[in-house]
Amino acid sequence: MELLDKLTILADAAKYDAACTSSGVRRGSRPGMIGNTSSSLAGCCHSFSADGRCITLLKVLMTNYCVYDCKYCVNRCTNDVPRAAFTPRELAELTIGFYRRNYIEGLFLSSGVVGSPDNTMELMIRALRILRQEYRFNGYIHAKAIPGASPELVTQLGLLADRLSVNIEMPSEASLQTLCPNKTKSAILRPMGQIRQECMENKEALAKYRHAPTFAPAGQSTQMIVGASGESDRHILRLSQSLYDRYRLKRVFFSAYVPVVEHALLPSRDTKPPLLREHRLYQADWLLRFYGFRAEELLDEDEPNFNPLLDPKCCWALNHLEQFPVEVNTADYEMLLRVPGIGVVSAKRILVNRRVASLGFDELKRLGVVLKRARYFITCRGKRDTRLPLVPEKLLPSLTAADRNPLQQSGYEQTSLFAV
Amino acid sequence: MKDIVYEYDGSFDGFLCCVYESYTQKENPTGFFVGEADCTLFDTRYIPTVAAHAKRVYRSFFKTSQVFGPLLQRAWLTILPEKELQLFALIRLFYRLGPVALQDLSHETVSAVRRAVRHLEEEAQQLRGFVRFSEFGGVLGAEIEPKNRVLPLLRGHFCGRYREESFFIYDRTHREALFYAAHQSRIVPLEQFQMNAPGEEEAAYRVLWKRFYDTISIRERENPRGRMSKMPKRYWGTMTEFQSEDFFVSPCAAGILHSTVTPSADEAFPAPSAPDGIPAPETPPVCGHTAPV
Repeated sequence: MELLDKLTILADAAKYDAACTSSGVRRGSRPGMIGNTSSSLAGCCHSFSADGRCITLLKVLMTNYCVYDCKYCVNRCTNDVPRAAFTPRELAELTIGFYRRNYIEGLFLSSGVVGSPDNTMELMIRALRILRQEYRFNGYIHAKAIPGASPELVTQLGLLADRLSVNIEMPSEASLQTLCPNKTKSAILRPMGQIRQECMENKEALAKYRHAPTFAPAGQSTQMIVGASGESDRHILRLSQSLYDRYRLKRVFFSAYVPVVEHALLPSRDTKPPLLREHRLYQADWLLRFYGFRAEELLDEDEPNFNPLLDPKCCWALNHLEQFPVEVNTADYEMLLRVPGIGVVSAKRILVNRRVASLGFDELKRLGVVLKRARYFITCRGKRDTRLPLVPEKLLPSLTAADRNPLQQSGYEQTSLFAV
Repeated sequence: MKDIVYEYDGSFDGFLCCVYESYTQKENPTGFFVGEADCTLFDTRYIPTVAAHAKRVYRSFFKTSQVFGPLLQRAWLTILPEKELQLFALIRLFYRLGPVALQDLSHETVSAVRRAVRHLEEEAQQLRGFVRFSEFGGVLGAEIEPKNRVLPLLRGHFCGRYREESFFIYDRTHREALFYAAHQSRIVPLEQFQMNAPGEEEAAYRVLWKRFYDTISIRERENPRGRMSKMPKRYWGTMTEFQSEDFFVSPCAAGILHSTVTPSADEAFPAPSAPDGIPAPETPPVCGHTAPV
């Protein structure tokens, strides 16, 4: 089989993996090696595909042969699709070829399970070892640890890769049992715990010995599928929070379920992927990681799902109007972050600037603070920008309107000269 | 204070000399011109670039702040409208108030300059990803069309990334090129430049990348507006994945070698001249194949 066909099959099989990031590690160039990961700590996007997702890594499977039969997956063994496998050397050469042309920031390597998890991991390790040691590749590598593989192999993989991830796949054990009969919760969580442990030990070792080998310096992430099973947003968010707390994950990715197969246990094939839901979950995920929110604050048992019309932060603010309006000239950083429309960048700029001058609405605009939502919740030098009283009924219409195109919501259309 | 219009050579050092003159001669510059000024009601004066004066002004910034000098240097690379006047106003503000002036982000001049610098840095960060190299006999070459002069910002990144390679990046907008070979880099002005046609291996990699790019997108999630907002169309012209079909064919492999070469084509697009010690990237174009715009 030609390389082009292999690449097509194996990229197509890998495309449902949401994680395509090159963040979390800054490693400069090294003599005799190719590559660095220091363009920025936030990673570097090399292109954006037609679905608007960032392409930063060469995202492929080692092989899409798989012995497992996960119901939702394109690569399950009962699905009739063309199969292919890279040889370790082919993959290494392709990566270097792409990297030299600046198409990619590195390699994202996952795999279907051939034979056993151990066998699969050994294949992946062989490919990565050729890439790192023979081709002297110093760029980013994200590798998937296969649940069920032995701990020694996970360690070896971590020494070669920058980031490891183990996919949690389903947000609850019950749906995991029904949809992925070959996987168990403990098999998924065991490597996660191991990676966290080794990352921590490695940090200590690096503090003592500068040249200690690094183990997954960019940490670990995971991914779960949203919309294939019946869990509520609240359940998913609380699960991600506990993953952040217990396993020190860098990211939890959500992947809106794209129906690829007809099955009694799954949504029908003509359901659209729940993109808005995925978006709201990501917004909430950011609130957990950067804004000091807890999952319990955002959703409770009475309202277990996010409002499709309003973002999670706005919803929270509307339910806690007693804390508003906030005076931008005196409020502390934590409170500024809780104002809808003010993010980390804006809040930091406000902190810097208000030491020099007092801030009014014009000054805020010049700082680059977006007032579309924030104006309802703040005061500048004691004054508000709007006369709307701080009650949910009055604010709600303006806030939902701020999110949408005015032409769409009024029900009018742009007329065309030629439409008659 | 006398109002005056300065003429200078357009360099950063030249601009610093204008600052020097304005303070020593107690003049208030109302305009800056590179070369001859257009007709103006004010007196005009040509300021020669004196390295010692420029250095003295530049060093004065560091008496109170470590960041102002580098900030000005970056601002100089931007496309800020009326750049010299804005920067001059900023320097005045800085001399008067000290480094605290730079923190007043809501001040008109400070915010304008900061915004321009941010634009420059964002563009450089995007281009770190969007630059596409092609290989010509071991040398990597790329073309870009940025708004700001980003080459100095790309220099460190790419020189580190391709440490053991030789490469060049040509900036079509500002007609200058970054050359790197044997662990040394240089940015030189370059009026005319044209990319070679790809060899067989290069064409194969382009096809592989294009195929990967098309495959990795999920059809059910298509979102053209999302893509455009994150990767504006102005970058697409130099990116492999958006080129037309003939970009992916090697003319040498297709058997049309020598068929389209005319002597005049070679004269119109001479090979890029490399500075001493750095080999020229490649021989003149063989097949007269132009990189699609």
